[in-house]
Amino acid sequence: MAVNKLFFAGSGGQGVLTMGQMLTYAAMYADMNATWLPSYGPEMRGGTANCTVVISTDKPVSCPLIYEADNVVVMNLPSLIKFESLVKPGGNLFVNSSMIDQKATRDDIHVYYVPANDIAMKLGNARTANTVMLGALVSVAPVVPVEMIYKIMEKTFSGRKAHLLDINKTAFHAWGKEQ
Amino acid sequence: MSEKVLMKGNEAFAEAVIRGGVRFYFGYPITPQSEIPEFMSRELPKRGGKFLQAESELGAINMAYGCGAAGGNGFISSSSPGIALMQEGMSFLCGAEVPVTLLNVSRGGPGIGSIQPGQADYNQVTRGGGNGDYRIPVFAPASIQEAVDILYEAPSIADKYRNPVMVLADGLMGQMMEPVMLPEPKHAFTSEEIPAAKPWAISGSEKGERSVVKSLRLQPEVLEAHVEHLYEKYAEMEKELEKVECEGLEDAEVVFVAFGTMARLAREAMELLEAQGIKAGMIRPISLWPYPYRAFDGISQKTKAVISVELSMGQMLQDINLGVKGRVPVRLIHRVGGMLPTSLEVVEKTKKILEEVR
Amino acid sequence: MKPVFTVTKGMLPVSTSYCPGCTHGVAHRIIMETLDEMGLLGKTIGVAPIGCSVVAHQFMNVDMCEAAHGRAPAVASGIRRVHPDKVVFTYQGDGDLASIGMGEIVHAAARGEKFTTFFINNGIYGMTGGQMAPTTLIGQRSTTSVDGRSREQAGMPLKICELLATLDGPDYIERVSLDSPAHIRAAKKAVRKAFEYQVAGKGFTFVELLSTCPTNWGLTPTEAMKRMREEVTAYYPLGVYKDTGKEAE
Repeated sequence: MAVNKLFFAGSGGQGVLTMGQMLTYAAMYADMNATWLPSYGPEMRGGTANCTVVISTDKPVSCPLIYEADNVVVMNLPSLIKFESLVKPGGNLFVNSSMIDQKATRDDIHVYYVPANDIAMKLGNARTANTVMLGALVSVAPVVPVEMIYKIMEKTFSGRKAHLLDINKTAFHAWGKEQ
Repeated sequence: MSEKVLMKGNEAFAEAVIRGGVRFYFGYPITPQSEIPEFMSRELPKRGGKFLQAESELGAINMAYGCGAAGGNGFISSSSPGIALMQEGMSFLCGAEVPVTLLNVSRGGPGIGSIQPGQADYNQVTRGGGNGDYRIPVFAPASIQEAVDILYEAPSIADKYRNPVMVLADGLMGQMMEPVMLPEPKHAFTSEEIPAAKPWAISGSEKGERSVVKSLRLQPEVLEAHVEHLYEKYAEMEKELEKVECEGLEDAEVVFVAFGTMARLAREAMELLEAQGIKAGMIRPISLWPYPYRAFDGISQKTKAVISVELSMGQMLQDINLGVKGRVPVRLIHRVGGMLPTSLEVVEKTKKILEEVR
Repeated sequence: MKPVFTVTKGMLPVSTSYCPGCTHGVAHRIIMETLDEMGLLGKTIGVAPIGCSVVAHQFMNVDMCEAAHGRAPAVASGIRRVHPDKVVFTYQGDGDLASIGMGEIVHAAARGEKFTTFFINNGIYGMTGGQMAPTTLIGQRSTTSVDGRSREQAGMPLKICELLATLDGPDYIERVSLDSPAHIRAAKKAVRKAFEYQVAGKGFTFVELLSTCPTNWGLTPTEAMKRMREEVTAYYPLGVYKDTGKEAE
């Protein structure tokens, strides 16, 4: 892998931007080059959220903007409708099937249906749905080493948030275990 | 050596100027750079500095003028319409030879325009909207690391020439995160050190000669001599501050000219074209003034077109034409209003242009 | 022989360029004498406005800078951040302060900025040749109100002391007049009080000095003084508009 382009979309509050940031941190810890770019608008809350991550293993990232993605994660229905076309032929689409009851329409891509919210609820913390999804993504497309995901988790979930570390690690592997 | 950190552009910009010696921030909220005043209000008091939210952009630039005149290293950040309001102040700063570091996280226009990325401030920042003969060096970094490196040096450049220095970024860079290495903090003068370090500053100290900072020179011969003096400084800046990155000019069939974010996009378009057997090169001006005209002498006989990739209606074309001097056709690929082209779009348009000029 | 009077070192040994009968010279002198008497000359930074007194730095013997039109309070706020231990003042006319610079003065006052503003109010734009100012009185002729200012056409004159006194930021606001030796002595006392408050670490201090502009008023210096005493002070009453020191007593 030289360059991997990833795109995350959902509604505000689904942890979409965080997913992208975790991946970018992990890439940086693994000495790769990476960019993280959010969409931004005038509204402070609600609405749609999305971010683009570009990871390059050797040379600096040429362009933080993308016209197609190797991996796309959609957390809600509007995002599926809007961004299914962004997946490049042969690429991966990760659909949060807990929130989206429709199927993807394309047959030239790999589609993974991940019931992220249901898995998170089963683990006892609904807010780990984005970690479940990130875990699914990395298990299918190992764009960063798992140890580096652990490293950023350990930095994020420390101090007052330390109690969240184990559940997030569990959530990260939860979907893979079910397969 | 410090550790690599992942930072959002706006916060990295702010951290870089603090490390570069800035201790005073004056600003007024405007999207897409409001993280900068937020960061400064948190960080400056911890580092022996001061933050002041101005009543307007007019207030901000004039606070920075007072700060600079008093010998402090001041910093201002704003976005396009706010920068427009500060143009009178910039003319004053240049006329009175007062240093300040400015950051324009530019957006769409004209008027209030949009909050999405734009590069239509090119004329505003390189030509200036203030009155009189003056110049402000402008740097347009293309990555967060480059922005950090430039903003770190900007306060020293401003002090050296006793002139404002501007860094031009866009909203996209301000919101983007990239890993950066932060440089070691420089020394910042305390108010006690200012009279000796900057004897010209109005520091209210008995240092012998009284200091007066002014731009009014009512006698024509005096003002003429002053403007000539300013232009000797600007000539020196032209020699010392020009910055450009050239790539693959030797055998390029087409040469892109782009700065900031658009240079990243053009860089990817080069790779895509190469995969299709078309050799593309790039001239990336890092200093927009002084503009790297001489870099265009490196364009080879093989080049069939020079293409400006811009988020404006072609404001940079004038400078490109001055560099190209009619040797090669010059064309434009652009989007405005906050719309961004994709690298694929640049590739398609480039192929069309090459068909036309062949 | 023992000298009974010496010129203050606060004024440079040059003649001012102001018109005969103009009170800028008096205002300059009482400010500079006060700084001299308080031993503050070497510790003071002044800000000159745009207007006739843009050249104040040619006469006032302290570190000074010019400010863009109306922006002196913003400039002084910047200076104050760099030099928290010095004495800082702005010297502004009524066009500069009460018209184009209204935003800056109100916000500096509201922030309780630790500097002193001297507001020279002569009710007219002097430097540009006698146009109507925001402080021009009703009925007063100017080159942009040739039949006299009317309320219908130009609204009412601004009372800055009264306006700023509504704010919680300022510590001291007084209006004085330069029309007679007694009033000039009183004005100097107000100047001193403002500087004393500043040195004591109090917030914003403001002294409005009613002044003449015989040239643009179309009067002789003596007539101008008479007009100021009788007409101008009737609309702009002298007195202390705010004094937190007194309130505390």
